[in-house]
Amino acid sequence: MSNSSQKQSWWNNARYRSLFFQVLLVGMLVGFFWFIGSNTLANLDKRGISTGFGFLSLKAGFGILQSLIPFSEADSFGRTFLVGLLNTLLVSVLGIFFATIIGFTIGVARLSNNWLISKLAGVYVEMFRNIPLLLQIFFWYFAVLRALPSPKQSWKAADLAFLNIRGMYLPRPVFGDSFSFVAWTFVLAIVATLFIRRWARKRQDDTGQQFNLWGTGIGLIVALPLLVYFVVGSPLSWDIPKLQGFNFRGGVTVIPELTALLVALSVYTATFIAEAVRSGILAVNSGQTEAASALGLHKNKVLKLVVIPQAMRVIIPQLTSQYLNLVKNSSLATAIGYPDLVAVFAGTTLNQTGQAIEIIAMTMGVYLFISLTISGVMNWYNKKIMLVER
Amino acid sequence: MKKITWALVAAVVTLVISVGFAQASTKEEVQKRGVFQCGVSTGLPGFSIADEKGVWAGIDVDVCKAIAAATLGDATKIKFVPLNAKERFTALQSGEIDALVRGTTWTLTRDSSLGLNFTGVNYYDGQGFMVSKKLGVKSALELDGAAVCIQSGTTSELNLADYFKENKMTYKAVVFDTHDATAAAFDNGRCDVLTSDQSQLYGLRTHLSKPEEAIVLPEVISKEPLGPVVRQGDDAWFNIVKWSLNAMIEAEELGVTKANVDEMKANSKSPAVRRLLGLEGIAGKGLGLNNDWAYQIIKQVGNYGEIFERNVGTGSPLNIARGLNALWSKGGIMYAPPVR
Repeated sequence: MSNSSQKQSWWNNARYRSLFFQVLLVGMLVGFFWFIGSNTLANLDKRGISTGFGFLSLKAGFGILQSLIPFSEADSFGRTFLVGLLNTLLVSVLGIFFATIIGFTIGVARLSNNWLISKLAGVYVEMFRNIPLLLQIFFWYFAVLRALPSPKQSWKAADLAFLNIRGMYLPRPVFGDSFSFVAWTFVLAIVATLFIRRWARKRQDDTGQQFNLWGTGIGLIVALPLLVYFVVGSPLSWDIPKLQGFNFRGGVTVIPELTALLVALSVYTATFIAEAVRSGILAVNSGQTEAASALGLHKNKVLKLVVIPQAMRVIIPQLTSQYLNLVKNSSLATAIGYPDLVAVFAGTTLNQTGQAIEIIAMTMGVYLFISLTISGVMNWYNKKIMLVER
Repeated sequence: MKKITWALVAAVVTLVISVGFAQASTKEEVQKRGVFQCGVSTGLPGFSIADEKGVWAGIDVDVCKAIAAATLGDATKIKFVPLNAKERFTALQSGEIDALVRGTTWTLTRDSSLGLNFTGVNYYDGQGFMVSKKLGVKSALELDGAAVCIQSGTTSELNLADYFKENKMTYKAVVFDTHDATAAAFDNGRCDVLTSDQSQLYGLRTHLSKPEEAIVLPEVISKEPLGPVVRQGDDAWFNIVKWSLNAMIEAEELGVTKANVDEMKANSKSPAVRRLLGLEGIAGKGLGLNNDWAYQIIKQVGNYGEIFERNVGTGSPLNIARGLNALWSKGGIMYAPPVR
């Protein structure tokens, strides 16, 4: 160090000392985990328990109820991991979507001036928030969906869609070869609309002239692909479910396990989101609303331009943790037979291979990864809308 | 400085040493503890189920009791640990239980790659199908396209896939965690078929809202030898569990029952009976148990025929015929090596 006159021992230098302890701590942690790891491996080996990830390429030999990618009994254990993962993601994404919509609606409704609406929203929140989630899942699956008829007495909509205790059967679109033209037109239209929006905003900022974005956008995104669709000769047909033997075949099946889990997760998580939304809105000083009204802004604009942007700052952090909860709660799927990651991979696959340590580690890693991704995205969004201090 | 560092190092070393585990012999551990920890099912009529007072009963439970009677001399010194199909092997591997008697099928994979050993077979089973009478199905070959309720983590899942594939049929497997959830879903009409080991089907049928409306199809699609499991590498304990079951089978063959065991012990001239009851021969020496180990099993639990009839046979609501589980001398395949 520059101050050599003091002849300080390196040990009494705060910087070196803290560095020394940090290195020591990291070293001990690494050593500890290395010891745990090697000790476990040695003991597993000594007891004749198989280790390693070789099992992932072995043939699985069991069926899975719902799979977003092609899967048969002849596929590998590795593929059961993918199938389970996708099913978890499916129910999580849909659950987050519906919980957000219900939550925002209920949260705003609870602040309504209409006595009945606000009380109903209050009852909803207090009721579903205070019943354990697992019970709610059982309720939807074993009580509500039980009331549905057997396949032969299915409820039907115009002989195209059917609903019974085995699930909801919908027609499946079968895309012809030239359908890709329609899809590409659709994507291009969205991109074009985004560019037009940017241009329109800039023009409004510069000149104050407004542009009818809605009309143009709908024209581009809906009408143009439709036009292309008919030009290339309607390359789309429908595979309609038919009752054959015991069950319906063909079409798309929405299994009741998915429905029950989705409803329970959305309804439960929505109560917490509703409270987050309510607290966010209440956190905006009423002076803000009054000032905006005094400027002559319309009631809707006050909400959209003044209240919600400020409320979001309070809502987002809470929303993040609710999204994380929903994803983790989706693992309760295993109780009602929805084939999610825990049921398929940490359930059947674990039992068929017996490699608990590898499988549980992989499963935990996946949940950690999903959770970190969600919180990463939400933190990014949170930063974006944070108060910019000048 | 040195003092602080060494204190830290010493703390870490102690921690590390305490983590590394020493594996004592299971038999000594059980005897020291005075309680035998037995892994059973979460509730399967006839095999292992607790009544409303928490008293366990069933053919698997009786095997647990026999092991406790042999090891501890008291069939009541047991802690039953209910496990679902997924948890069972991990519970045994980690030492949470001393033995697993939970309708577990003996397969090559399980015997060779889990660090476990099967000690024998206490029930010869086979996988079957239960359907609602309303369905009008007479054979499993008519089940193409059916929705099938099944318990997760069982060999049944694999047999089902094989059977449907061999017969070029399709199916939808709806997989549940526990017997109860599987039966409830079948009861609701979620599935056309419930598949499991045949013995379990009869047990689960008694749980349905209308048991008389369900029938078990004649097809048996697999071999399911169910038996007790212990950890690999503890041969003394392996022998005790193996011979606890063998003694019950031998007792049935020799006609020694719970009722007549005292009288037999006092008066029997048969060398085989005297050897079984520890009056002659090696008795308990080889196993490291008291000489009356087999006597205690028969006195406190009964012979194999008795536990079968009491739990799953004519003395029970399941009313399952002996079939394969009859003695080898009576048309079945239950056969114990001689006690001598």
